[in-house]
Amino acid sequence: MAESGSAAQGHRGRLLDNREFLGALFLLPAAILLLGLLAYPLGLGVWLGFTDAKVGSSGQWIGLENFEFLVGDSVFLLSAWNTFIYTFTASVIKFALGLWLALLLNERLPFKAALRAVVLLPFIVPTVLSAIAFWWLYDAQFSVLSWTLVRLGLIDHYIDFLGNPLLARCSVIVANVWRGVPFIAISLLAGLQTIAPSLYEAAAIDGATALQKFRHVTLPLLSPIIAVVMTFSVLFTFTDFQLIWVLTHGGPLNATHLMTTLSYQRGISGGALGEGAAISTAMIPFLLLAVLFSYFGLQRRRWQQGGADR
Amino acid sequence: MAVSLPGALLARWCLVRLRRGEPAGGASNSSGSTPRAGPEGGRGARRSMASVELRQVRKQYGQTSVIHGVDVGVRDGEFAVLVGPSGCGKSTLLRMIAGLEEISSGEILIGDRVVNRVPPKDRDIAMVFQNYALYPHMSVFDNMAFSLRLAGRPREDIQRRVEEAARVLGLGEYLQRYPRQLSGGQRQRVAMGRAIVRAPQVFLFDEPLSNLDARLRVQMRTEIRELHQRLRTTSVYVTHDQIEAMTMADRIVVMNLGRVEQSGAPLELYDEPANVFVAGFIGSPAMNFLPARLRRTPDGVEAVLGDALGLPLEGCELPDGSALTLGVRPEHFVIGSGAGLPAQVLGVEPTGADTQIFCRVCGTPVTVISRERHRFEPGGMIRLTPLPGKTYLFDAAGGQRIPTRDPRRG
Ligand SMILES: Nc1ncnc2c1ncn2[C@@H]1O[C@H](COP(=O)(O)OP(=O)(O)OP(=O)(O)O)[C@@H](O)[C@H]1O
Ligand SMILES: [Mg+2]
Repeated sequence: MAESGSAAQGHRGRLLDNREFLGALFLLPAAILLLGLLAYPLGLGVWLGFTDAKVGSSGQWIGLENFEFLVGDSVFLLSAWNTFIYTFTASVIKFALGLWLALLLNERLPFKAALRAVVLLPFIVPTVLSAIAFWWLYDAQFSVLSWTLVRLGLIDHYIDFLGNPLLARCSVIVANVWRGVPFIAISLLAGLQTIAPSLYEAAAIDGATALQKFRHVTLPLLSPIIAVVMTFSVLFTFTDFQLIWVLTHGGPLNATHLMTTLSYQRGISGGALGEGAAISTAMIPFLLLAVLFSYFGLQRRRWQQGGADR
Repeated sequence: MAVSLPGALLARWCLVRLRRGEPAGGASNSSGSTPRAGPEGGRGARRSMASVELRQVRKQYGQTSVIHGVDVGVRDGEFAVLVGPSGCGKSTLLRMIAGLEEISSGEILIGDRVVNRVPPKDRDIAMVFQNYALYPHMSVFDNMAFSLRLAGRPREDIQRRVEEAARVLGLGEYLQRYPRQLSGGQRQRVAMGRAIVRAPQVFLFDEPLSNLDARLRVQMRTEIRELHQRLRTTSVYVTHDQIEAMTMADRIVVMNLGRVEQSGAPLELYDEPANVFVAGFIGSPAMNFLPARLRRTPDGVEAVLGDALGLPLEGCELPDGSALTLGVRPEHFVIGSGAGLPAQVLGVEPTGADTQIFCRVCGTPVTVISRERHRFEPGGMIRLTPLPGKTYLFDAAGGQRIPTRDPRRG
């Protein structure tokens, strides 16, 4: 008895000494999380895209039929186009504003800490709450914006921000920018603070103007962080859903429908699970493209590599 | 010791050139008084040089005053070293000359021009920072070329100047590397290169060697000095290391607590310190200070150390009984057994060439350097006598030097 007990203990001891077994053991929780919560739903979603599943029926494999239908569907094409415009415009504006804010906050300012906290505010508020606030700002009858403009005598009747396709597009982009700028500004500010002040002093002595310092010192040294931040920003914007759904439901005339909202509308509200899943699946190549961009953007620049000769 | 001083210099010069892969034959014509054309060398075109003058310069950060009225004059082509303990305001002063720090009051002149309101880029200066401040995203070549490009120089001109500077500094094979791929010493050279390609009126150095190891520091010290011999550009060099100051400077400016204590040639400061601070700061190991008292006797005046030992003085106007501080350099003690100050030995450190003896005299720690290999036991007693004519007297209260004519000094 005693002998077999100690043998079993010895066996367990040896197993725990085994690097590979230990490695696998420690990997297990992460693997379960990844497989159960990420890979499985993703796989299921992609698989659904190749079926004619509806709410209540599990569906049959129908191959590329969903995708063939979508290619000819003008609403889908419009939503894809909207997604591009939305992502591109919002990201560019967010980058410009975020960089500007970061540079501003990096200067010596009174109440610096308080200002930084204020800048972060839009980021802290839950998206749905801020979307509702914007909805109220844009409302056709109660809009504070319209009210102010009327009082200032600039316009004579209320603007229907979300009623006109072009205005609605601009309005949702503004809301997205408002929400996204803090993330970019604070991240870039963190990046700016890693740049040694003596580099600016050296540049000043070397004869650089403020603009040349920005162009030759700030921008190149910030570029690795810009690549990370903008990749995330593009991913977040491309997959934005809550804001649009609360503000416009994709209207008017599908002018603000994004691929995410269309997918939800068709798949969940409309019950055509297969079609909705196909729309979601169609986003994957674009997202991969963005990730690829980040992969190359994130690669360490040659000047960041230390040590090794050549 | 047959090698004469010029001979040794010539040999070193040849060595330096050989190390840089140049023919040593060049030494014969460049060791003379005609400096070779530097990287700026435009067919014998003489670079404009300039003096630097500080007049009653003060600096305040809000309520705190850190520089209290400094007057310094650095002549054209001179190598001036600002030296002083940490926090005395050396960097602040240098940064004010560079234009990186505002001048609270007073005037700074470069050449004949008051530069108080001139931005750094228009002062025609170059600065070597303590952390080198190399642009990490630019290659060595681009780091050195940056200022020339901003100035809109033609491409060939930039190429020529950078390559010449790289050759002088032995950086030729590293031009395409990034700062991260260089050793500390190489980075230091790049920082120097960045300064010399511009051929500025004035070089400013802020402790450029403090990040290097001891050997490299000694080597770079000589190289910077050599570079100055060749370029003859007015330089202001900041350090807290008095040996660096002594070996490199044409003129040393000793600072303390935001004031200039004394300025002059290295040996002048060593031989004739103006006060206790300078006397204690210049020289290593530092000068010993012993409390003393003035006594007037019918025969004359003497300084009394401890209870008994009297050192005759002459030309001293102070009243009888004045408190004094006697300064004696470690090498200016005679160790005896009969007369002299009783000293308790605390420790002995033979360095090979000489022996350092640490002891306590009248409660004051004293360092003695002797050429002989003494073997004193810690705790033992010895007798010390200051060498006649080699002592310094200071006012015990203010620390100012009291001029004395020692009757035995020649
Ligand atoms: N921005 C500032 N605000 C207030 N005081 C400052 C500021 N910068 C420097 N000082 C003070 O000015 C004094 C001089 O500083 P400085 O950097 O010139 O010293 P230093 O002689 O170069 O010393 P070290 O040898 O350590 O470099 C210090 O006492 C420092 O505390
Ligand atoms: Mg300093």
